[in-house]
Amino acid sequence: MAAAVADARAARRPLLVQGFGSKSAMLRPVQADATLSTRNLTGVTLYSPRELVIAARAGTPLDEIEALLHQNGQQLTSEPPDLSALLGSAGGQSWGGIVAANLSGPRRVAWGATRDHVIGIRAINGRGEVIRAGGRVLKNVTGLDLCKLIAGSHGTLGIMTDITMKILPAPAATGALILRGLDAVHGVAALSAGLGSPFGVSGAAFLPAWAADGIPGLGSQTVTVLRIEEFPASVAYRLEQLAGTLARFGKSEILDERTAKRVWTAIRDVTPIRPGAGEAVWHLSTRPSRGPTLLALIEAAGARGFMDWGGGRIWAAGPATPALHDAITHAVWDLGGTFTLMRAPDSLRASVPVVPQEAPPLAGLTRRIKAAMDPDGIFNPGRIYAGL
Amino acid sequence: MISLPEPKAETLAKRDAIIAGLRRILPDSGVIADAARLKPYEMDGLTAYRRPPLAVALPETTEQLAAILRFLHQEDVRVIPRGAGTSLSGGALPLADGVVIGMMRMNRILEINYDDRFAVVQAGVTNLGITAAMQADGFFYAPDPSSQLACMIGGNVAMNSGGAHCLKYGVTANNLLGLKIVTMEGDILDIGGAHLDAAGYDWLGLLTGSEGQLAMVSEVTVRILRAAEGQRAMLAAFRSNEIAGACVDRIIGSGIIPVALEFMDRPAIHACEDFAHAGYPLDAEALLIIEVEGSVAEQDDLLGRIRAICDDFDPISCRVSQTAEESAAIWKGRKGAFGAVGRISPDYLCMDGTIPTGQLPLVLRRIGEMSEQYRLKVANIFHAGDGNLHPLIMFDANDPDSFHRAEAFGADILRLCVEVGGCLTGEHGVGVEKRDLMHHQFTATELDQQRAIKTAFDPGWLLNPAKVFPLVAA
Repeated sequence: MAAAVADARAARRPLLVQGFGSKSAMLRPVQADATLSTRNLTGVTLYSPRELVIAARAGTPLDEIEALLHQNGQQLTSEPPDLSALLGSAGGQSWGGIVAANLSGPRRVAWGATRDHVIGIRAINGRGEVIRAGGRVLKNVTGLDLCKLIAGSHGTLGIMTDITMKILPAPAATGALILRGLDAVHGVAALSAGLGSPFGVSGAAFLPAWAADGIPGLGSQTVTVLRIEEFPASVAYRLEQLAGTLARFGKSEILDERTAKRVWTAIRDVTPIRPGAGEAVWHLSTRPSRGPTLLALIEAAGARGFMDWGGGRIWAAGPATPALHDAITHAVWDLGGTFTLMRAPDSLRASVPVVPQEAPPLAGLTRRIKAAMDPDGIFNPGRIYAGL
Repeated sequence: MISLPEPKAETLAKRDAIIAGLRRILPDSGVIADAARLKPYEMDGLTAYRRPPLAVALPETTEQLAAILRFLHQEDVRVIPRGAGTSLSGGALPLADGVVIGMMRMNRILEINYDDRFAVVQAGVTNLGITAAMQADGFFYAPDPSSQLACMIGGNVAMNSGGAHCLKYGVTANNLLGLKIVTMEGDILDIGGAHLDAAGYDWLGLLTGSEGQLAMVSEVTVRILRAAEGQRAMLAAFRSNEIAGACVDRIIGSGIIPVALEFMDRPAIHACEDFAHAGYPLDAEALLIIEVEGSVAEQDDLLGRIRAICDDFDPISCRVSQTAEESAAIWKGRKGAFGAVGRISPDYLCMDGTIPTGQLPLVLRRIGEMSEQYRLKVANIFHAGDGNLHPLIMFDANDPDSFHRAEAFGADILRLCVEVGGCLTGEHGVGVEKRDLMHHQFTATELDQQRAIKTAFDPGWLLNPAKVFPLVAA
């Protein structure tokens, strides 16, 4: 891998860097002469359940790692989503892919993002050098945290070949409580009350009626849903307490465990969105209490969306037009927040900012950091920002 | 001894002009230049190293901070950022030709928002000050370094501080949403905000723990959490480090995530018990303090499960607290550990490596051997859940030989931590203390890559120089 990078650098030949390519619909299309994939770098290299650590080579299928953890009663804390339906990809996703895109599921609101759990990486920089950062221990502040810099950089700063992650025990039981028929403002207020309670809510979402209708068992009203993951007796106790805390929002119902898990998997994988041909998908993040305003603004502009992370995350879809993209991105920017264009035809994603434009001094730092890691700009040129 | 660079003669020569320039930006009380008043700034928590700075500047606003940095950048003057000066690694150690920028006057809490679960605070607010401002409403800021009464959030960001409750709640990096930073050129930049996961490069992650090498922090947006219904501790004493270590493994393997899981070895038990009279069993080789959270019934359930696990390891004693007061008594010894060691030894070095938790018995055995070799006593305190080991090496600062042996002993321990798969520092930072050990953990190429990132932010290497990165011969 390092030799391939060195060759490409010598020839000044840009590389499309990817794992399984399951997220190639995200961000901007890359203009490259060749593809360098990590798919042949496979295998778990370290798994120490008692030390809460797992390491694997970047091309290891995520499914394999999750199955191994499951056998040992453990899990990936950030609950990485399977976006294959949303992004129109098949063939699964790689260990490196979820880290390179820093994708996290509903549990992120309580337990941190995927990048929060990355404790070590090995990567190849744009000079073809092998760089290690972090290690295999849970607490490490030795030197600059290049793990976090490279995680989430979509292969533009380095090619991760090995990733070590902190893991946690899987909960013994999962429970969910729902409130039906609330509007978005009251729904998010209920989610805030739940997340601000002492009961350890690990998921908090609001589904408009059309989205609830798309998940079997939820009916066709809006659904405000909160999750508790704990030992069984604690799940029962905390759901009951939570129902009391949320009584002012209406009568709540407790889902059976199988339905609860199905609902949270659907929210994690964004299945209610079902983008049509010619539609774009956006990921928006704002402060939770502004979620309802943002949702109303994007609906008025012609998009649809649902809220996760207590109202702070909106998954949105609508016609892939520059006008709708402008309306959505300006709305989230004006309210204070961020966006990522997750899926759109090449013509749109090549011509609009797919993440917010940075203020000039910060954009300058982005260019300098890119140059420090990949001086000749051979990794995924143009993936995040045009011309970089 | 750790070497520090020679002061730049041209900087020393224009000292008066630099001080005058600072006084044009700040009110008179915000610039300290006389020797007597510089004294408190000549060192931080790494007390073996002292050096009076050229001057101290105390900004009250982000704009003043930016103006100071812009001016010092123009004048090519080195800068030492400082919070409360509690760094144990010399992170705030001055240089003779450097201006210390102290953030203690920027000590206001700007916003607390329970609906969106964040708070915006200036860099000079103390760690405990954040929690204190919201405790009555049931909220808290999670990372809790031992120095939390004094240490400031800006310093916590710079060092990515941890604490005893990281296993469940994470370290500083995991509890931040946004920063307002000022670059060496004087640009004010907003990173992140009150929302999760900004797009683009992870500036928040890169800046956290960067030890003042990249930029200065003026405001911090922290994630705040609602406290659990309650928490309770238990204490279990064992016949050997190996047995206690095996018990820790079993607890973690059982699916319970204790909020704290602290380990003390025999010398630490004795020092703490003499000091705090917490009722620690003096015949034990190893002690665990285990804390869980939840309702009273949940606490009973979890402590019952943990107690049953401990009972499988032939404990000398097991004490489950029944009340908050009993929990406090169990914690009293551990929280007073540094003071306790300070009582039995005139001086000590507090080391801070991390090891894979399974290596604990081996590492403690080797530390014991080194203790004899160096003829210095050591007490070990260990965050057993996350592998962060704090050996307290006792020495006498009035005896230079004893100090040199202590430094060499500490370096040997840190090299051992790296050798068994761990790292040089889990939460105190590299600072000057561990700077020259960095090549034990990183290759020359890796260090050069980190230096290139530093250069991208601070091309003139004016920010907190001579720390983190081994000095390169000019």
